Amino acid sequence: MTSVLEIDKLTVSFSTPDGAVEAVTDVSLSVEAGECLGLVGESGSGKSQTFMAAMGLLADNATANGHIRLDSMDLLSASEKKLNTVRGERIAMIFQDPMTSLTPHMKIGRQLAEVLIEHQGVDKETGRRRSREMLDRVHIPEAERRLDMYPHELSGGLRQRVMIAMALMCEPEVIIADEPTTALDVTVQAQILDLLTEVKDDLGAAIVLITHDLGVVAGLADRVAVMYAGRIVEQGTVADIFAAPTHPYTQGLLACTPRLDVETEALVTIAGQPPNLQNLPSGCSFHPRCPHVFDRCKAERPSLENLSNGQAKACFRAAQEAAE
Amino acid sequence: MSDAPIRDSRPGANLSVPNAAALDKAADVEGRSLWQDAFRRLQANRAAMISAIVLIVMAFVCFVGPVLVPWSYEEIDWDILEATPPNFDTGHYLGTDSLGRDLLARILQGGQVSFLVGILATSVALVIGVTVGATAGFMGGRVDQVLMRFVDVMYAVPLMFFIIILMVVFGRNFYLMFLAIGFVEWLTMSRIVRGQTLTLKNKEFIEAARASGGSTASIIARHIIPNVLGVVIVYVTLTIPQVILLESFLSFLGLGVQPPMTSWGALIAEGAQEMEITPRTLILPAVCLSTTLFCFNFLGDGLRDALDPKDR
Amino acid sequence: MNEPFLQVRDLKVHFPVRTGGLFVGQYTPLKAVDGVSFDLNPGETLGVVGESGCGKSTLGRAVLQLIGATDGVVSWLGTDLTSLNKKELIAARENLQIVFQDPLASLDPRMTAGDIIAEPLRNYRPTLTKAGRRKMVEDMMERVGLLPRMINRYPHEFSGGQCQRIGIARAMILRPKLVICDEPVSALDVSIQAQVVNLLMDLQRDFGLALLFISHDLAIVRHISHRVLVLYLGKVMELADKAALYATPRHPYTQALLSAVPIPDPTKERNKDRILLTGDLPSPINPPSGCVFRTRCPRATSVCAETVPELESAGEGQEVACHHWQD
Repeated sequence: MTSVLEIDKLTVSFSTPDGAVEAVTDVSLSVEAGECLGLVGESGSGKSQTFMAAMGLLADNATANGHIRLDSMDLLSASEKKLNTVRGERIAMIFQDPMTSLTPHMKIGRQLAEVLIEHQGVDKETGRRRSREMLDRVHIPEAERRLDMYPHELSGGLRQRVMIAMALMCEPEVIIADEPTTALDVTVQAQILDLLTEVKDDLGAAIVLITHDLGVVAGLADRVAVMYAGRIVEQGTVADIFAAPTHPYTQGLLACTPRLDVETEALVTIAGQPPNLQNLPSGCSFHPRCPHVFDRCKAERPSLENLSNGQAKACFRAAQEAAE
Repeated sequence: MSDAPIRDSRPGANLSVPNAAALDKAADVEGRSLWQDAFRRLQANRAAMISAIVLIVMAFVCFVGPVLVPWSYEEIDWDILEATPPNFDTGHYLGTDSLGRDLLARILQGGQVSFLVGILATSVALVIGVTVGATAGFMGGRVDQVLMRFVDVMYAVPLMFFIIILMVVFGRNFYLMFLAIGFVEWLTMSRIVRGQTLTLKNKEFIEAARASGGSTASIIARHIIPNVLGVVIVYVTLTIPQVILLESFLSFLGLGVQPPMTSWGALIAEGAQEMEITPRTLILPAVCLSTTLFCFNFLGDGLRDALDPKDR
Repeated sequence: MNEPFLQVRDLKVHFPVRTGGLFVGQYTPLKAVDGVSFDLNPGETLGVVGESGCGKSTLGRAVLQLIGATDGVVSWLGTDLTSLNKKELIAARENLQIVFQDPLASLDPRMTAGDIIAEPLRNYRPTLTKAGRRKMVEDMMERVGLLPRMINRYPHEFSGGQCQRIGIARAMILRPKLVICDEPVSALDVSIQAQVVNLLMDLQRDFGLALLFISHDLAIVRHISHRVLVLYLGKVMELADKAALYATPRHPYTQALLSAVPIPDPTKERNKDRILLTGDLPSPINPPSGCVFRTRCPRATSVCAETVPELESAGEGQEVACHHWQD
């Protein structure tokens, strides 16, 4: 097993006027070449911030501790200059909203070519040719004409394709897709998911898929990590997580998602509200909402422990039941 | 922290907004309104708080001080009749001006005029500006077109010229000056209020108010005005120093208050003529004026940060 | 079945969009809603689904007359809402309420939760005493799952799910007969969505209200609705009972929509047949001739470009607007 990107005990905290807030706590993850890791969590769970830290794109009031290694290089301690040679070239990111992540006043072709000119020093002509090839590859019709268009002239779906093309320009080892289809309509989302599957299959890059949508993860990911209140609560292969989730939060999340394939009588809910990061519950952060809570959960925080099948979870329940 | 997944990807954005610190604390039942939040942030801003205190002290001294000063601002000390340095025996604590009038009394009186102009002229601007802006913004359509074109035309008139003509035609009247300056300053206010009203008008909570059976008048009173107020307050604190400066400029040109009454601008003008002989007569009023302007600007900036923490 | 109490007939909402002209503007109508008809019965939920820009939100607002209709009839208990004047309309709205998508944006940030929920009472029950109003607000807060002691808190102090509960409490406090839910859960986290959906269904059962549930999420619509209306570019593609629509979708667009929804089950999700639509939504300013869906339809033929398909019956409780639904 060769992991391309390895996150080791990452903690990200933000200093706010109301005190420090820890958005990511003690997260360790690794992604292997050719695999797709799905990172699932609700808003405020820290799923985006984890990989923002890897890209060196954290907000100014943030501090990150731990290690994020790309091969042997530690991205957290790397200088901005060194990061710039890595970003776009070896790690690329696809954002949720393509309208805000493309420069509005620059033509598509130039934005794409710029990536190559910056990282590989190719001339303008090669840059344009390869940009066109890349647009073809992400199935944008009339690629030549699109090169001379501005982002606002394209539809949401096409813009997201351009974003993907841009991420693929330098054939990166790691692609981080942060909610790549959340802003899109279902029919367009289906198109983009198909494209991502295709990219994954023939590029051999590691893909990190950050999303709140379990359906998207089910279709694309090989492994899944579930985050809650800044920590990973469960991790495993996609088949295991969906077939036999062991953490009560994962179980709840799967149960409360309305599904198109089965008729449900009443939706199961997870009680309560998402936790406030400024004022996390004691012990296990999930305990106020957990249906199986017992005393130990309120006092002690469970750590992420490996199970026999490669799955890992942070929950006392099994141990407690075994003891009883 | 927001629940909306759409906002999730902004780095740190959903973390920086102070949220319910302890919704589940039983004791903490009273909510904290945005005003209280803003006031708390303002209190944390040291420069703004010091400025506010300095302004209050200065205003207090200007309005109460003259009672304690042995000389009045128009009284000429016939024993002196020239500029003298500070002398505690005669009661001229800051000395006299070239006519032998007490400088301290005159600075205090000038301060009164400057503060009054600042507040009254800004009030005129506030009333006209908010009325026109809110009407134009909320009614939209033709009303908006007409009012805003009128504002455009007013912008095109050289306003200093306009004031000077007013002063020449109607004579130098203390209250006319307030009105004239107010008429000049309302234009920007009306544009700001109109813009705010336009954005508010399309907010969902206005639609919700309409769906809840609110009439136009009640929507403006209950929802639009309280929400525009924050921006207006900021703009008012930033308009006051502008107005004071405008008055000083008019007085400097000799178009402001009528002697023997004076203002800081007029004092600076007098002092400037004698700055080689008695720099004191220039420096003291100038320091007062700049301190006031400085404090108002600091307070305005602080208010803006406090009321609108996201737009910093 | 009772006499239908909401009848919408051939409703059209067109917005003029400036498309040219230097001084005198040239305007082209943007047909946000173009000839939509449906009935709604007491206690029933009609789901309205469609992608962004299909006019589903405009439809909801036009039913309440928050947006004026260009043409057509919205008949509420026999009265045509489009013909009422301002005063009569305000009176009629007592029974018609709306829950919005963005929970925070739909609450006035400078009012307390209690004041927000009480606003309809202040407008429609002016004789109520302050204490009586407070009592009703507290009862309603309790009913929607908010602690009544939070009555003096401000919207920014609540989480998104709680804000949506405030919005629901405001809509329900007058015990209306019809509530329009405009994407009420799409801005919420998954674990909160289920809570809000369950709350809406509970309230509907208890108060016997009719819901017009607008959403882009087909799974949630399936869960909450009795009947479903599928919109595309302002036109009805299919209108059917829930069971029929999800079991045997007739319109190619409905079929594509259903097949595009990701299923949280890796085996099913990876092995299902997806009907991929090509291209994007055409511009509503310049919609395709004939059937508006034909540019993306896998079954389109020449007849689709020429004639607009009418809604026709495609089995018990199912109507479809397609020339080729039987193919």
